[in-house]
Amino acid sequence: MTTPLLEIRDLHVIIKGEGKEILKGISLTVPEGEVHAIMGPNGSGKSTLSNVLAGREDYEITSGTILYKGKDLTELAIEERAAAGIFLAFQYPTEIPGVTTMTFLKTAVNAQRKARGEAELNAVEFLKLVRGKAKALNVSEDMLKRPLNVGFSGGEKKRAETLQMSLFEPSLAVLDETDSGLDIDALKVVAEGVNALRAANRSMIVITHYQRLLDYIVPDHVHVLAHGRIIRSGGKELALELERTGYADIGESAA
Amino acid sequence: MAATRETVEAVDQAVGKYKYGFSTDIESDKAPKGLNEDTVRFISAKKNEPAWLLEWRLDAFRRWLTMEEPEWAKVHYPKIDYQDAYYYAAPKTDADRPKSLDEVDPKLLETYNKLGIPLVEQMALAGVAVDAVFDSVSVATTFKAKLKEAGVIFCSFSEAAQEYPDLVKQYLGTVVPPSDNYFATLNSAVFSDGSFVFVPKGVRCPMELSTYFRINEKDTGQFERTLIIVEEGAYVSYLEGCTAPMRDENQLHAAVVELVALDDAEIKYSTVQNWYPGDEEGRGGIFNFVTKRGDCRGVNSKISWTQVETGSAVTWKYPSCILRGDNSVGEFYSIAISNNLQQVDSGTKMIHLGKNTSSRIISKGISAGHSSSTYRGLVSVHKKAEGARNFTQCDSLLIGDKCSAHTVPYIESKNPSAILEHEATTSKLSDDQLFYCMQRGLNAEEAVALLVNGFCRDVLQKLPMEFAVESQKLINISLEGSVG
Repeated sequence: MTTPLLEIRDLHVIIKGEGKEILKGISLTVPEGEVHAIMGPNGSGKSTLSNVLAGREDYEITSGTILYKGKDLTELAIEERAAAGIFLAFQYPTEIPGVTTMTFLKTAVNAQRKARGEAELNAVEFLKLVRGKAKALNVSEDMLKRPLNVGFSGGEKKRAETLQMSLFEPSLAVLDETDSGLDIDALKVVAEGVNALRAANRSMIVITHYQRLLDYIVPDHVHVLAHGRIIRSGGKELALELERTGYADIGESAA
Repeated sequence: MAATRETVEAVDQAVGKYKYGFSTDIESDKAPKGLNEDTVRFISAKKNEPAWLLEWRLDAFRRWLTMEEPEWAKVHYPKIDYQDAYYYAAPKTDADRPKSLDEVDPKLLETYNKLGIPLVEQMALAGVAVDAVFDSVSVATTFKAKLKEAGVIFCSFSEAAQEYPDLVKQYLGTVVPPSDNYFATLNSAVFSDGSFVFVPKGVRCPMELSTYFRINEKDTGQFERTLIIVEEGAYVSYLEGCTAPMRDENQLHAAVVELVALDDAEIKYSTVQNWYPGDEEGRGGIFNFVTKRGDCRGVNSKISWTQVETGSAVTWKYPSCILRGDNSVGEFYSIAISNNLQQVDSGTKMIHLGKNTSSRIISKGISAGHSSSTYRGLVSVHKKAEGARNFTQCDSLLIGDKCSAHTVPYIESKNPSAILEHEATTSKLSDDQLFYCMQRGLNAEEAVALLVNGFCRDVLQKLPMEFAVESQKLINISLEGSVG
């Protein structure tokens, strides 16, 4: 049996300082190449899970384990996880004033390469790389010259996130509510970009409140998160069931 | 035993007294400790100055005795004992210098490496005996010849006082009068040396001054005096300072810079200040009290100050423009970074006297650690300054929760046609921004550096290319250890 890419076992997480438990014993296995959707109502712990995977320090793991490529993920710092192939597409990408998208991408790509002991790309090599990827995602030259996410529309922000995902070529991409703030056309563009990045050596966790996104990014598995626990797991049809019945029914039937 | 000790102490005292006691022996390399008229005479004699200049210094000194040290700035430092300092020391001879980099503080070398400074330059900066390093003199000579061909005078202040006394006499103290302020007056009495630049009518200076000379222009001392005169229609870009940290034994620095721009002239003055800021407890850092002022004396003249301030324990500095000529333009672009226990009180003054004068102020203050940073600025529009315009933007960025930033803008307008704009923001480097950058693979220090460079971008763009690249690196180094 091959080691799954990600294996979470009985994970309990509290907010640092507050002591409030957000994740109350989550177990989740994501094999290589699969796309798993995590659905749940607001406050169920979806964003906490993505932040914990990325290593945000506002949370504390009180018990349980996270194995990534067979190793304890919690021992890695935020930037080490990034270099090891974990990518988080943010629900609300942060504005970086004064730093052009191009500069940001180059700094990040080279920081990761350096951490992995690979040669850094020079300006010419990088330009070539980014132009190819940007074109495929409909990211304009003008957007690359603007400060990252500053004054970007909702669609532009999500396209910039997808561009980063395609540049970093992660092993595990966590998409946190990628559909929020997008109209249907923008959603299609972003979903297309994400689908193009599906690969046998890449797993994805797609976090969403609504089934709508899953029409475009079709998952292999769907998990329902409520009150800090995964209450149901199933195939893609589970998302459709949720759409019909709502979270309340599922929550009750599980309880 | 007790008697022996007493004798030793007595001899020590006698020798000590002799050593520090008064002496006007101008063969000596060091003026005696303390400040009195004889110190001023000693310095002037050492430099073989004309009599009028000695009188000028003495006038300043007598005035200084009647003045009070200013206390309005938001900086705190122990009372300076002006009698417990040296006011003149000849440049070090090669015998006193380190013989190789092995003798230089490894911490200093580490910083040089981070800045990417070539080895030969490192040796020169660290004060390794230069003739053993490379033939910098010939490089400088080549450039001096080129300048001479263009008619540009660029030399030390002492040399100018000897060679061009008429020019010096005509302009010295006309922008910053000897009575200007406590520190400027002190400088007028005891200034050690500095630079003199004269660009004649219609000449565009063929190179950025001081880029090629900065290694050679060392040991100008703690009381620098710079005078730059640009005649009608002429242009010069002057670069002062160095991104590499400079060690100095003198804690008190009080420089004066005077700029004069005649009709249609333009002066661009860029500074990178990186004096020793003291250790993490704030011990031993330089006190930097600077008076810099430019006079747009002619019509259509323009003076731009661009500064990157990262060093010193205490900085007190307000590069200013007097917009006397009609249509003249003054600009001030500043990045001031403070970390650990550094204190910065800096800003500018734009004095609008002529018609249709305009000024632009962009100030970026970054505070980290336990530091305090204050922007203090004055925009003053006088009665006759019809159509004056000013735009001011002051942005402060805080890193961590132990530092502080303050903005103190003074605006006064006596002409109703003036249009003055002031924008100010204070922001904190947010955890969200840091997390975002780190999720993309940057470590905490790289993330801070990137975000701070972004914050300073408007000003960095105003620096000459080479300076801008070095300044970016310098900003990164200055903020090391400021997060988590």
